[in-house]
Amino acid sequence: MAEVRVANLNLSFGSFRALQEIDLTFPDGQFFGLLGPSGSGKTSLLRCIAGFLFPESGSITIDAQEVARVPVEKREIGMVFQNYALFPNMSVAENVAFGLKVRKLAGGEVRRRVGEALELVQLEGLAQRRPRQLSGGQRQRVALARALVTNPRVLLLDEPLSALDKALRVDMQIELKRIQREVGITTIFVTHDQEEALTLSDRIGILRQGKLVQEGSPRAVYAAPADVFTASFLGDANLFRGRREEGALRLETGELLRHPDGKAGAVLAVRPESIAINLAEPPREAGANRLKAQLTQRIFAGATATCLLEWNGQVLKVLARDQDLVDLPESGPVWLSWPVEKTISLAEDTR
Amino acid sequence: MQRGRFYRLSGRIFLVLVLLFLYAPILVMALMSFNRSEFYVLPIDFSTHWYSALAENEEILASAWRSIWIACVVTVIATALGTAAALAFFRYSFPGKRILQILLFPPIAIPWLITGTAMLIFFFSVGIDRGTPAVILGHVALALPYVIVVVTARLATFDRTLEEAARSLGASAWQTTRAVTLPWISSGIVAGALFAFAVSFDQFVISYFLSEPGDTTLPVIIYSAIRKGFTPEINAISTIIIVISMGLMLAASRFFRFGGER
Repeated sequence: MAEVRVANLNLSFGSFRALQEIDLTFPDGQFFGLLGPSGSGKTSLLRCIAGFLFPESGSITIDAQEVARVPVEKREIGMVFQNYALFPNMSVAENVAFGLKVRKLAGGEVRRRVGEALELVQLEGLAQRRPRQLSGGQRQRVALARALVTNPRVLLLDEPLSALDKALRVDMQIELKRIQREVGITTIFVTHDQEEALTLSDRIGILRQGKLVQEGSPRAVYAAPADVFTASFLGDANLFRGRREEGALRLETGELLRHPDGKAGAVLAVRPESIAINLAEPPREAGANRLKAQLTQRIFAGATATCLLEWNGQVLKVLARDQDLVDLPESGPVWLSWPVEKTISLAEDTR
Repeated sequence: MQRGRFYRLSGRIFLVLVLLFLYAPILVMALMSFNRSEFYVLPIDFSTHWYSALAENEEILASAWRSIWIACVVTVIATALGTAAALAFFRYSFPGKRILQILLFPPIAIPWLITGTAMLIFFFSVGIDRGTPAVILGHVALALPYVIVVVTARLATFDRTLEEAARSLGASAWQTTRAVTLPWISSGIVAGALFAFAVSFDQFVISYFLSEPGDTTLPVIIYSAIRKGFTPEINAISTIIIVISMGLMLAASRFFRFGGER
């Protein structure tokens, strides 16, 4: 078990700067999600930590040992690949045993640990199967057992759930989290699925164009995104632009939106679930912002409903409990209101 | 209906004609090797006389053994080098790689007569005398592209992340190659080896140019024997060679479907 630290990491492919000055600590025993759109550098960062890519400059330490120049096989890592990469010419047991056999462990020891690993992922009965005889979820478990059986210092997951269908993915998320907790291993996880990252991670790091944009607990990053990109990448956000005033933003249409942040940027974001919709004009009060908008569509989704509204040529989204919307028409003028403290002020994206 | 049957029938006739064209001469020769008569008198008087005569023909037997062990040596060298080259092409990118890959094909297309002449001149100028080592060198050069092409085709179906997975589990480059890559491409390697053996064993022109008279391979001996005067012993040895060659090709096709997955 170990803490992984990355400092001043730079990596280029030709003239493309894949990673720029990345500084990040992956705390011991925690589940860390690296999140970003494709081309953001999240996979490159994972492959640098694994040892498949070598950075031009910067340091990578695992358990305080510098590994930036150490080859993969000497790093004591475990990795699960997107397509699982199970060896087709070996049985499940042989796949799991591979890492122990290259370490020249005795046969009895190998058998014991393979048994334990298969038990951990609940696949005891399938030891003699070939990978092609397994379902997607079972392959996933074998890959995980194979990666963990050598007691690696860190577990790296490269979009491990993206090949599974939706229902199975949710099961595997729970399973993955259970196993990670049980083993207590530092885990670094790459995904482009923000929901998955929020569900699984103790901490997340958001990358964009090779740079680390923000890092923190999922709840903290969701509640206080650093910039416009993060606000709209992680969850949905209604964005308002305007002229800065003392503790507030003056919109083009003349309304004033207040926010709790003194040193705010020129963009405000409001999460769809923070907004309430009313037919009647809410009273003016200091603790709330309000706007008049045109309801255009209601999308029913069981317990919740998403309302699309038009305001000043811009589409706004509100997520509400469906039962709160019974008095509303399908479309027409409505009032939106939300607490000032739910108004997030953002920096414009740095390029 | 009528039309369909006509096409099917003409298709079958065409197939039979093609097979006849391909195999009739071989069949005749094989039959004649069992004919006691030296002058191809019909009907066939079945006998294994020419095979027993062959068994006593020191010159042919010696050259046959020489052909076989040369082919074996060539197979080992060409397969090892060819597999290594295919792996290098697969794993690494280096300046000139594309050109090198393209340059692999012309030797397959250039007439052996020209390749043989070129080798003779080249070996002479660098001081390699005619003889078995020169023959082996020449055969390896001929067989190498076949091995590389066949192994490369098999490697094209290999998933690189398997190698990465092995490395992440602590395997060295060599352990990874042995436990993961080679098992996957083994069918390609076997097919390549069979090709290499066939190329060497059937080779006439280059062997003729590069070997010393009196110490040469079976095809060269057959050629000289025909020039001296044809005996049905040649039919016998040719029939044996055909059986071996076809066996090898059948084996190769079992291991290697041209253009892809087994």
